[in-house]
Amino acid sequence: MVKEIERKLPVVHMCTIVPISQTVGANRIVPTIAIPHPFGDPSKTPDEEKAIRRSLVERGLKALQTEVTGQTVFTE
Amino acid sequence: MSFKVIHYINQFYAGIGGEEKADYTPEIREGVVGPGMAFKGAFKGEAEIVATVICGDSYFASNMDKAAADILEMMRKYQPDAFIAGPAFNAGRYGTACGAMCAAVSKEFGIPVISGMYPENPGVEMYKKSAWIIETPDSAVGMRKAVPAMAKLALKLMKGEAIGKPETEGYIERGIRKNMFYEKLAAERCVDMFVSKLKGETFETEYKMPVFDRVDPQPAVKDMAHATIALVTSGGICPKGNPDHIEASSASKFGEYDITGVTDLTGETYCTAHGGYDATYADQDADRVLPVDVLRDLEREGVIGKLHNKFYATVGNGTSVANAKKFGAEIVNRLVNDGVTAVILTST
Amino acid sequence: MRLELHRLNVKSLKFSDKTGFADGTLSVNKAELLSLIAEDPLLGKNLDVDIAMPGEKVRVMPVKDVIEPRWKIEGSGQVFPGMLSDVETVGEGKTLVLTGCAVLTAGKLVRFQEGIIDMSGPGADYTPYSKTCNVVLVLEPSDPNMDKHDYEKACRMAGLKAAAYLAKSCAEVKADTVDVYEQANIREGMNSFPELPKVGYLYMLQTQGLLHDTYLYGVDVKRILPTIISPLEVMDGAIVSGNCVSACDKNSTYSHQNNPVIADMLKRHGKDFNFVACIVTNENVTLADKRRSSSYATKLAAMLGLDGLVITEEGFGNPDADLIMNCWKAERLGIKTALLTDEYAGQDGASQSLADSCPEGNACVTAGNANEVIHLPAMEKVIGYAEEANVIAGGWNGSLADDGSITVELQAITGATSELGYTRLGAYTL
Repeated sequence: MVKEIERKLPVVHMCTIVPISQTVGANRIVPTIAIPHPFGDPSKTPDEEKAIRRSLVERGLKALQTEVTGQTVFTE
Repeated sequence: MSFKVIHYINQFYAGIGGEEKADYTPEIREGVVGPGMAFKGAFKGEAEIVATVICGDSYFASNMDKAAADILEMMRKYQPDAFIAGPAFNAGRYGTACGAMCAAVSKEFGIPVISGMYPENPGVEMYKKSAWIIETPDSAVGMRKAVPAMAKLALKLMKGEAIGKPETEGYIERGIRKNMFYEKLAAERCVDMFVSKLKGETFETEYKMPVFDRVDPQPAVKDMAHATIALVTSGGICPKGNPDHIEASSASKFGEYDITGVTDLTGETYCTAHGGYDATYADQDADRVLPVDVLRDLEREGVIGKLHNKFYATVGNGTSVANAKKFGAEIVNRLVNDGVTAVILTST
Repeated sequence: MRLELHRLNVKSLKFSDKTGFADGTLSVNKAELLSLIAEDPLLGKNLDVDIAMPGEKVRVMPVKDVIEPRWKIEGSGQVFPGMLSDVETVGEGKTLVLTGCAVLTAGKLVRFQEGIIDMSGPGADYTPYSKTCNVVLVLEPSDPNMDKHDYEKACRMAGLKAAAYLAKSCAEVKADTVDVYEQANIREGMNSFPELPKVGYLYMLQTQGLLHDTYLYGVDVKRILPTIISPLEVMDGAIVSGNCVSACDKNSTYSHQNNPVIADMLKRHGKDFNFVACIVTNENVTLADKRRSSSYATKLAAMLGLDGLVITEEGFGNPDADLIMNCWKAERLGIKTALLTDEYAGQDGASQSLADSCPEGNACVTAGNANEVIHLPAMEKVIGYAEEANVIAGGWNGSLADDGSITVELQAITGATSELGYTRLGAYTL
């Protein structure tokens, strides 16, 4: 799916299992927290969780604003 | 009663002419023409060529859709049991036409389609998933070898017999995985292979690891403050109750959901249709998979221009690459039409 | 370690006023069994016990787990340690086995992730549990809004209790056959067969939450670091399934008890290789866990000086990443691997079968394409709820036809593409 989108629009793949994303061929990759809750952490309070989610989304936006030539994993 | 077969050949094999007649428009003739005689012999009365389609290679190449549609119409009244095209050997346009017609006939009539080509014929790479293509030499000198192999495979397919591996049947590997019951348990087969590998003996893997293709990255987003960002997910997020019945596994579709005015995905309004992970957390708060709440905040703060008012969701669980590809292509077309700048794709 | 499996060969089942075994027939006191499972306050009032025999026109669905009745008649510990009984080490002594018999936990769906077992017809060819004499528990939660984790646990425990109860009730009967297994300790094992390669089995377990968990001595396996276990402990139920999501390739408790990879490796031990150790590992939901566990498991194999590892996956999709990491990490440590997995190549078989891959995975056996579609004709009797065919993994809206027939992908059939290799199914490339 990610590759078909990339043919026409910039896309960031935000997922937990980065190796699969790399194998499949995403270009901009942002690692997330865990498979059942990529953008959350149920052990945290709702506010803390949202703060984590926000920092991940901001990282995703940063990835979209960064020129890449090949597969790049954005860890910060 | 013998099986009814329709045979496709080009202008050259029909004896109409060479390159100068390559723009010959499609026609259908009752019975056998050209190499059809050889097939007739090879069928030994079990099948009969009821009609032969003739089309110029250049005409087909420049009018593919129309030519295929016209030919399908000509064929309809014969109610064929199988379709044979070529063999095309190493003739590129002829091979492509044979492959394209096989694909069209298979889709329209659901009958077995068989061709014959040299492995380097471009028609092979394009159509090997759509048709059975017998491997032939690179020129018509190989006719005597190609025809019996094609006829034999066609008969097997028409009779509904199981088709063996490419090397035993003589067709070019199609890359299609087919189940079968082996003599031994999978566990025993695995330990057998393990022992062969340990001993340094030759062994044949049951599955060759896939190689995935690559797509060049798009340029970066220059002006995020005026960009429209869309959310797409393979994590199955959908309105509660899964109104589109997206499958828990092996999805056949994706959903398009309007989130105009939605600032937060709550447990009362959204859930996941995904059957491949513990759904507890997504069902409680779907923002954990599709961060709508945060993107709304960023939209309000002017960090992004806006969050696209529709999101797209499917279930990645057990869903074939072919379906995922299809969904991706259709979703991105809709996003481009809606003026979206960039996409956040989330996966579980 | 020495374990004797004392087998009673069950050929038929009947309800009776006393649970016991004679002349190939297992008699089941239905009321007693029902009252045993009804002790759990999490289970509802409308519980039932039914029988499904090979060849009958019977369909059981949705099925959560399959368990072989076993009971230890001598030696330390008891079956299903840490779950049903104390945590003491098992794998030694004598264990009574009701061979040919299975307990199926069925009934109200936990969450669209359970399987179908047909006792006859085309579907029966694909599931190993069409050949067993099945005691079926039809379960429901006491509260329809109960937390799903609680209900899953209640179902899981009911199955284990029933399996232990059935075998315990036959503890006095003399076995039809006795199989003896002996496992040397690692020091002795290492010294025996010096001319043969030393090998191990890397046993991957699904550990991803609700309906995706597995237990080792009662410990949720997602919380362990990879560790070493004796194959004989596995036979006594040290590993218990809590998962069935996409039922085709989730290891039932039965398939753990009868793990065919272990069985075959024990058979070839001393002939083709020296089977030194079995390593269990998990398939967790974070990348850090996946990296840690694959590094740790392969490190254990390297510390043991193993020459080769058979690796079995459980599940598909993200666990493919665990499988691939286990494979290349072992190979780069000089340990040769053979992999056992299954495929999701699409209904037409034309897509890539795995979500991840590596060139080192050059010895790969698959238990078939789980996406292949099968038509299951209507049965005379359905134990459970046929309408769930429309929502279970492998089904779709409309899978259940008006005539009672069901069209689904093989993934909906319990054990159809078992990655422990418990079926003869495989695939080849057309």
